[in-house]
Amino acid sequence: MKSDENSGAFIFRNGRVLDPSREFDRVADVLVLDGRIAEVNAGLDLGSDISARVRAIDASGKWIVPGLIDMHVHLREPGEEYKETIASGTAAAVAGGFTGVACMPNTHPVNDCAAITQFILERAKYHGSCRVFPVAAISRNLEGNNLAEYGELRDAGAVAVSDDGRPVTNALLMRRALEYAQTFDLLVIAHSEDPSLSGGGLMNEGEVSTRLGLRGIPNAAEEVMIARDLLLAELTGGRLHIAHVSTAGSVELIRAAKARGLSVTAETAPHYFTLTDDLISGFDPVYKVNPPIRSSRDIAAIKQGLADGTLDVIASDHAPHSVVEKDLEFEFAANGMIGLESSLPLILELVREGVLSPLQAIAKMSSNPASILKIPFGTLRSGAPADITVIDPDVEYVLDVNRFRSKSRNCPFHGRPARGRAIMTLVGGEVAFSE
Amino acid sequence: MGFNRKDLLGIRDLEVSEIEHILELAQSLKEINMRAIKKVPTLRGKTVIHLFYEPSTRTRTSFDIAAKRLSADTYSIAGSTSSMVKGETLLDTLKNLEAMRPDVFVVRHSASGAPHMLARNTEASVINAGDGMHEHPSQALLDMLTIIEHKKRLDGLKVVIVGDIFHSRVARSNIWGLTKMGAKVTVCGPTTLIPPKIELMGAQVGYKLDECIADADVIMVLRLQKERQQQMLLPSLREYSTYFGINPQKLTKARPDVLIMHPGPINRGVEISPEVADGPYSVILDQVTNGVAVRMALLYLLAQR
Repeated sequence: MKSDENSGAFIFRNGRVLDPSREFDRVADVLVLDGRIAEVNAGLDLGSDISARVRAIDASGKWIVPGLIDMHVHLREPGEEYKETIASGTAAAVAGGFTGVACMPNTHPVNDCAAITQFILERAKYHGSCRVFPVAAISRNLEGNNLAEYGELRDAGAVAVSDDGRPVTNALLMRRALEYAQTFDLLVIAHSEDPSLSGGGLMNEGEVSTRLGLRGIPNAAEEVMIARDLLLAELTGGRLHIAHVSTAGSVELIRAAKARGLSVTAETAPHYFTLTDDLISGFDPVYKVNPPIRSSRDIAAIKQGLADGTLDVIASDHAPHSVVEKDLEFEFAANGMIGLESSLPLILELVREGVLSPLQAIAKMSSNPASILKIPFGTLRSGAPADITVIDPDVEYVLDVNRFRSKSRNCPFHGRPARGRAIMTLVGGEVAFSE
Repeated sequence: MGFNRKDLLGIRDLEVSEIEHILELAQSLKEINMRAIKKVPTLRGKTVIHLFYEPSTRTRTSFDIAAKRLSADTYSIAGSTSSMVKGETLLDTLKNLEAMRPDVFVVRHSASGAPHMLARNTEASVINAGDGMHEHPSQALLDMLTIIEHKKRLDGLKVVIVGDIFHSRVARSNIWGLTKMGAKVTVCGPTTLIPPKIELMGAQVGYKLDECIADADVIMVLRLQKERQQQMLLPSLREYSTYFGINPQKLTKARPDVLIMHPGPINRGVEISPEVADGPYSVILDQVTNGVAVRMALLYLLAQR
């Protein structure tokens, strides 16, 4: 990140400031000095020496929010740089309004040791556009047999552990992970799927899978595993976070667990509240993702879970794939869709629908992931690092993958009319993206 | 009336008038197969490529004979199940073949939807000769032609499809076709082999064979693949045969003029007993004969485009 003498000094005038970390939703000015939030207040009166060195930006009609955090992305580096790199993935992130991303460990090699975590952080430091929070593996090489070295991983900079992409099928290993992670105060992120129930499945099980002759993945494949992991979290007292919730039954299970007082959190992704499985009728692999896009009934339950707080976080599960993995028969195509550059407008659709208030929506992309990951971001409090996203909530445009910064093009929202997007992204007081 | 499609990918897409048109054309073309010299010049100069990524004897031979009797030039390419195994993707194979300017691709593939992907990427016509568990439109058309020949109609008939509905593209195409044409379709088999929400495709579901076949005009028997035991779908072929195998004793409950059909290849003694397969109710070989006529009709309609 470049710097000059005026770096990190801004005054955003008359924006709608949405800071869910303190339930703040008012038109105000935001002053940034030395890379940190200096003050948030209406009609800030700057002395002449400060005025001289800050860049003033008229933010009227815009939202000023804590830098958005996507706690579930795949950056593909090391190992699959033809799909995405830390440079391209974080460039996509800041263009999508994100100032921080948590990257999953299923790289090649797997992020299951301190050296890989350090490598990711080094690359992010020199080539990244935003903050990168590595998630390390639960098990060595994601094999589900032995624990990875959580202590060394945490000390190297990992913020959580997950075998994302693969379920932890061995219940004892999951128990031990939830126990051992507490030693180092690490979050355990569960990819909840019973592979004996989902095995060979290509899409949501139901009317559409029957019609298309594609093997189905029943909702129960996800719910069985969530039920198990909730019981193990209760047994161990570990901090459990359920990734990419896709079914109505999962929302029910998590809601009941929270009501019992369990320390569990959960996320969903925009495609799980936007896309239904009948879109697969043309066999286009762009819609192939795991867990699969479900029914309209599940979408309604996911929205309800977001509204009532059962689902704490919206993360993209940004999963870049090249044409080599995607331009194939549906059965042989890879699972996954990119989301960093389409997440925000899809979440704003929920705001316009009345599912979420603006403050709730921003909380699920900033303060909530920050507190779940225990990272000191996602807030506009004075003294916090100036990670800020400026959103134009009204600009209308069409999502176009050809304008994305991501290296991959597997986005099912290409061509969708959208409203609202990030127009400026500040990371530590530096402009990381500006339209 | 007519048929103006580039491709034939599934029965679900077809209008009733299109199905009628294909069947009428097949009926008129059938006569060519009875001649001493079984060849007409209709598709001279047209090129048909059979792209079979899954083993097939009957369907492939049937399409090949159909094309040759219309004087088309035909070429067969057999692939392994996954195009990836060969290191060339299906789309690359298609692009290379397309560069040779064929008129029609006849495609059989183990992956549902593979012909649809090809159709989107080629100017040539694509005929789905069976894709995964999805559709097998030419089979449903030849089945309908066979029923019409024996029953003179489809409207109002009761057709029971017995067996492994879950894995059957034949069942799916027939459910679409027969219900469009006014027949009532019931699928019957053990619950593990009935896919979820199949009733939303327009079929009734039954689990008791004797009740299902009691007033049936047609019984379509599906092949039971022996691997289904390993997939925890069935305890044994013996038990399957006891409850769902069609034998003369079970047929005593059926109408005296019932038709027995089977898309082949049959497992004698499993889903159908030899007495029934070779018996007076069986029209299994008529199906095979009609297959050529139906495929001639399809090739004619698409290649003449």
